[in-house]
Amino acid sequence: MSNEKVIQVEGLTKMFGDFTAVNDITFEVNKGEIFGFLGANGAGKTTAMKMLIGISKPTSGKAKVAGFDVFKHAEDIKKNIGYMSQKFALYDDLTVKENITFFGGIYGLPRKRIKEKSNVLIEELGLEQVANKLVGSLPLGWKQKLSFSVSLLHDPKIVFLDEPTGGVDPITRRQFWEMIYKAANNGTTVFVTTHYMDEAEYCDRVSIMVNGKIEALDTPKKLKEQFKVANMNDVFLKLARG
Amino acid sequence: MKRFKGFIKKEFYHIFRDRRSLFILFGMPIAQILLFGFAITNEINNVDIAVLDHSKDATTEEIINKISDSKYFSVKQMVDREADIASVFKKGEVKAVLNFEKDFSKNLMKDHKATVQIITDATDPNTANTISNYLNAILQKYQKELNKDITIAYQIVPQTRMVYNPELKSVYMFVPGVMTIILMLVSAMMTSISITREKELGTMEILLVSPLKPIQVIIGKVFPYIFLSIINAVVIVLLSIFIFKMPVQGSLFLLGLESILFIISALALGILISTISATQQTAMMISLMGLMLPVILLSGFIFPITSMPLPLQMISNIIPAKWFIIIIKGIMLKGVGLQYIWKETLILLGMTVFFIALSVKKYKIRLE
Repeated sequence: MSNEKVIQVEGLTKMFGDFTAVNDITFEVNKGEIFGFLGANGAGKTTAMKMLIGISKPTSGKAKVAGFDVFKHAEDIKKNIGYMSQKFALYDDLTVKENITFFGGIYGLPRKRIKEKSNVLIEELGLEQVANKLVGSLPLGWKQKLSFSVSLLHDPKIVFLDEPTGGVDPITRRQFWEMIYKAANNGTTVFVTTHYMDEAEYCDRVSIMVNGKIEALDTPKKLKEQFKVANMNDVFLKLARG
Repeated sequence: MKRFKGFIKKEFYHIFRDRRSLFILFGMPIAQILLFGFAITNEINNVDIAVLDHSKDATTEEIINKISDSKYFSVKQMVDREADIASVFKKGEVKAVLNFEKDFSKNLMKDHKATVQIITDATDPNTANTISNYLNAILQKYQKELNKDITIAYQIVPQTRMVYNPELKSVYMFVPGVMTIILMLVSAMMTSISITREKELGTMEILLVSPLKPIQVIIGKVFPYIFLSIINAVVIVLLSIFIFKMPVQGSLFLLGLESILFIISALALGILISTISATQQTAMMISLMGLMLPVILLSGFIFPITSMPLPLQMISNIIPAKWFIIIIKGIMLKGVGLQYIWKETLILLGMTVFFIALSVKKYKIRLE
């Protein structure tokens, strides 16, 4: 982990009419860090993330992602980030290979490179047997891993994961976190939202959002000390109950 | 450009791997044109009628023979009593009953006047009307034959000519209508469903986070449907030329251009629908209720606009299909060039531009 900042956010705010979904948040994320973005449903974490990945315009504040301003250079940000949604969105009616080729293609990777990447990826995930099967026929856990790998196809500087482990079993979740560690070791910054508090323990640093504001931000260890509790779950409960 | 090609390829995978969309794309146009062409028709042929003949003389026999000799009617049964008329109608065996008065021939000779009653089953008013007109025509003709030696002092002789469709084939009227429905269905409904499907699956979000521009995503989504709609239009025109012997009098090139214009306006409507609906089901319902019904009912395809009440006539003006039907009827049946349909073309063009502008605007708002 270096001290290079890949995400810098200052006073970022998003209003929908009178409702303030994200209220004046400020934080920084270092290169190669696994940054946990926690909060209850409706706390504003998805809205905050959407502003960072360039599909929602902030009402006010400043934010730089991968060195580019979210207001002026949203298009440059898009080339440098990967995104995996909570729906593990892939095309069910396309085969594993076709999905990889398609997503590689829309990121403008050369055909030869897509082919290489696709072979490596299929081998790493152990998908050789189903490479030409429709994605719709795969179990959820495989889709999730494939979806994550696809979001890393173009070697993004930062990958944004929106509740990436929803609905999968504990073993698959564990394997998935191993993939996250591997990506972080290769220098990819991981920005992950989750509501599983045991997963918060795996993050380098964690921020907790309550009602649109960041109420706590530190390493899991320091947060536990600060709130004098044994696990992240209790940290979260203390904060959420006020 | 390469990104775009990959996108189009993906769209075709979606279309060709989904039986439902394949059916709508290729089964529907052929089924509809054949249905409308063969089964649904305004012409009458071999209609069964019954006769109640109180007179049973030479004249009535001659008239009955003339009627059953025509290709329009066959005399299915004879009725003996007035009371039986109701029951043959109820059984649905015949569509009309001819009731000759007693002493028909005698009255005709003596008083120069005899009466025959035509009773038709008007549960289907259009058919009833046509049947009574045809029977009348046969009776008129017979009357003329009787009078051929006598000159009437004042005579008005109408000479009727049905231009553009001398045989009054209903398929001439259905082909333009079906083509309009199919193009609207494929272009608007299919695109709105395919765009909302990406929203439902969450892949739309992934596409918007990718370096693809929103406009590229939209063009990539609609392009295959432009292509497929054009193929459909060609298939429909070929079917009507070769199976229904319907001539295309005007320029095929102009017909093609006008069809593309209509396809684009329908696509813009499809995009508009997709921006306001969150699920495929909603998109389908809005397309069916909001687009198909007006196209079928208010475009002048089946029901003439001039006989609608004024408010509906006004509404029909904002339906693109109305103008497209006028245009293609003009080109196909009358063989007119652009100088006769420039006004309708301009209206369609204006609507298309308006729908595109509106959908682009809506689409942008949605991204905020």
